[in-house]
Amino acid sequence: MSGRRAWLLDQSPASRAQANAGRAYRLIAALLSNPLAVFGALIVLLLILSAAFAPWIAPESPVGQDLARRLLPPSGAHWMGTDELGRDIFSRVVHGARITLTIVALVAVISAPLGLVIGAVSGYFGGWVDRVLMGVTDMFLSLPKLILALAFVAALGPGIENAIIAIAITAWPPYARIARAETLTFRSAEFISAMRLLGASHTRIIVHHVLPLCTSSLIVRATLDMAGIILTAAGLGFLGLGAQPPSPEWGAMISRGRAFILDQWWVATMPGFAIILVSLGFCLLGDGLRDVLDPKHGDDA
Amino acid sequence: MNAGPSPALSVQGLTVRYGDAEVVSQASFEVAAGESVALVGESGSGKSTILKAILGLAPDWSGCIEIAGEPRGHRPDPRVARRCQMVFQDPYGSLHPRKSVDAVLSEPLAIHRLADRDTRIEAVLDDVGLDPRFRFRFPHQLSGGQRQRVAIARALILGPALLLLDEPTSALDVSVQAGILNLLRRLRAERGLSYLLVTHDLPVASFLCDRLAVMQRGRIVELAPVGALRAGDFSDPYARQLYAASRVGTVEDPPA
Amino acid sequence: MTPEPAPDVIPAFAPDGPGADALLQVDDLRVSFPVAAGRIDVVRGISFTLDRERLGIVGESGSGKSMTGRAILRLVSAPGRVSAGRLRFDGIDLQALPERGMRRLRGARLSMIMQDSTFSLHPIMSVGRQIDESLAIHESLSRRERKRRVRAMLEAVRIDDPDRVAKLYPHQISGGMGQRVMIAMMLIARPDLLIADEPTSALDVSVQASVLQLIDDLVTERGMGLILISHDLSLVSRFCDRILVMNRGEIVESCRAAELHRAVHPYTRGLLAAVPRLHETRDTLPVLERDAREPT
Repeated sequence: MSGRRAWLLDQSPASRAQANAGRAYRLIAALLSNPLAVFGALIVLLLILSAAFAPWIAPESPVGQDLARRLLPPSGAHWMGTDELGRDIFSRVVHGARITLTIVALVAVISAPLGLVIGAVSGYFGGWVDRVLMGVTDMFLSLPKLILALAFVAALGPGIENAIIAIAITAWPPYARIARAETLTFRSAEFISAMRLLGASHTRIIVHHVLPLCTSSLIVRATLDMAGIILTAAGLGFLGLGAQPPSPEWGAMISRGRAFILDQWWVATMPGFAIILVSLGFCLLGDGLRDVLDPKHGDDA
Repeated sequence: MNAGPSPALSVQGLTVRYGDAEVVSQASFEVAAGESVALVGESGSGKSTILKAILGLAPDWSGCIEIAGEPRGHRPDPRVARRCQMVFQDPYGSLHPRKSVDAVLSEPLAIHRLADRDTRIEAVLDDVGLDPRFRFRFPHQLSGGQRQRVAIARALILGPALLLLDEPTSALDVSVQAGILNLLRRLRAERGLSYLLVTHDLPVASFLCDRLAVMQRGRIVELAPVGALRAGDFSDPYARQLYAASRVGTVEDPPA
Repeated sequence: MTPEPAPDVIPAFAPDGPGADALLQVDDLRVSFPVAAGRIDVVRGISFTLDRERLGIVGESGSGKSMTGRAILRLVSAPGRVSAGRLRFDGIDLQALPERGMRRLRGARLSMIMQDSTFSLHPIMSVGRQIDESLAIHESLSRRERKRRVRAMLEAVRIDDPDRVAKLYPHQISGGMGQRVMIAMMLIARPDLLIADEPTSALDVSVQASVLQLIDDLVTERGMGLILISHDLSLVSRFCDRILVMNRGEIVESCRAAELHRAVHPYTRGLLAAVPRLHETRDTLPVLERDAREPT
């Protein structure tokens, strides 16, 4: 056991920093011991790297047309073939990773914290606060994603920003419910009463004591939701409501590839593979995180 | 009228309701400065409810509650927090699962804006007999007795004069219980604390307290000095019954 | 005082205990669980015998007393592992028995009552139906006959108005009544051996005595064997004939209940001394040194 590992796993840490580093280390080690989770994490990492280094990874420009090379099958020169305008599909898929990542990240960043706070406040206070907030949550929960997106687009015009807003608005209610359910399990616990007795305000208790206990289930749920968000965004793109041409958004690419599906299957299928792969990656990672973060699984988080 | 210092706690005519039910009826008693009083009774007798009312956690009560001579309101009050704290029954539930011992003890200091955090934390850990190496551990890395010591440290760190104890050892093993009871007794002697102890266990009351208040279904039926446990001379029939039930199965004291 | 277990000195069974035709024979029982650093032995090779008498097993948390009870009934599931040199119940080799055979024994001949009836009763099944089911599993009787037996059993556990109570759900009855229902459920098929794991720890003091007395009476009436597992030394000494004291997976003391105050092992003496008395005059309570008190 190397010195650093021993320091991290020390049962009697000598400082806050050491204790937190130790916890993070144990978590990561537990996650890495699950091969499926590692596979999922690698896929997600691949997505992030592709998005970050797209201009360097993609051999060609995603928008450069060359009608002489249209609809070529996958080959050494074009790993995924070319589409109806002669653009290299592989390059488009790689650049499309940026769009996918942007959508997924922004939706998660907007909807998860919003849902978390609403749910935690609702569960903590109970009474009429709970009823009002859950009523609002229920209202938003009853809105179907695609129909709402259509409505947004009709009102504000198509585009990636509006697609993100539309998805985020319908994505936060489940987080609120999860956060509320978690909060209810420990709301009457003695450690909360103890903080009230020590003179802590409600805000302090919610921010420092309630929210930290809800985050694990939220992280798991958000990761698992990513797959759904990708599919919804792809659906919007398919309908022409997301990123507009010539943006290499995967859903839009599938849509345009429909016309050639019988003879030039690669135009629609390659972006489809990308969507499946990335969704799978998030699902596996989410499962792995749940095993690691679930307090019932082992009290080491 | 009292010429001496005001009692650590004075409860007069306390009646507590949960919804329509009257859980505590007209309870009156005092804890003198430096005294230790036990509220004994079975579950449902209302003894824990009295503690909650004293701390402002049971909003629907009437009567008068005074801590060190000052009447208190119906909600938790930061000023009361400096004068009166509580140790809860369940060492597993009274500590936040994600906070280290250090975080648990720093927080009250942060709330009340007290300086010298490190000094105070180290001092209180020493007082409760916890080695400094436990300072950055998390609750799941501590045993039940150690967690209870942390809970006691948290209660003491603001320097209250009155400590409320809700069955502080009933969730602990026999051998660990003895250590905690010894600690509580020593702390009271060293710091001149006053205790209000809630317990169903008469022997624990016998070890820690000077006086007993026996409760039955929300009423205090008898107030007696702890010496009454020697021969069981209680006047109230329920108190006699409780005493008799506690005697069942006591191991014969070995000849000295 | 640092108690040192000395297994070579403690006899494998009580000196005046029963012989080879005992109701229960346990020899070198071991229960282990995997942990990060290998396996840990929760029960480390204990041996005892039991006839139709009342045996108390006393220990603190982590002593292995509950695991012992569960191991006898084969209720220790993977990844826990149970092994024994010999584990015989009324001549039947429990280790060689297939699961189907074990199921036939459980409830019918070997029964267990657990600590908290709120957790061991099915929450959405009426109390009467649960007892009925317990009987139906082991005996094939007509519905009317079963109903009569259930009623008789509820009366035997001293529940007034058994017909009304039989229709109630677990959340509608008190703790003490819930334990009585558990006892009814576990004794209705007339087992020969009852293992009671902390049967009264979750109950009020006054109710405890009556539930224990009930168990005591039923056991005596039916000539059953009883293993009473508890952390409460004084309680066990009152209701049992013999006592085994366990510490960290081993039996450190074995004596007759009446002779408990003459116990020799330092751990037992430490336990006896550490409990506060009803009229307590000491300034400090003697504290047992528990070797494994700090988690590693």
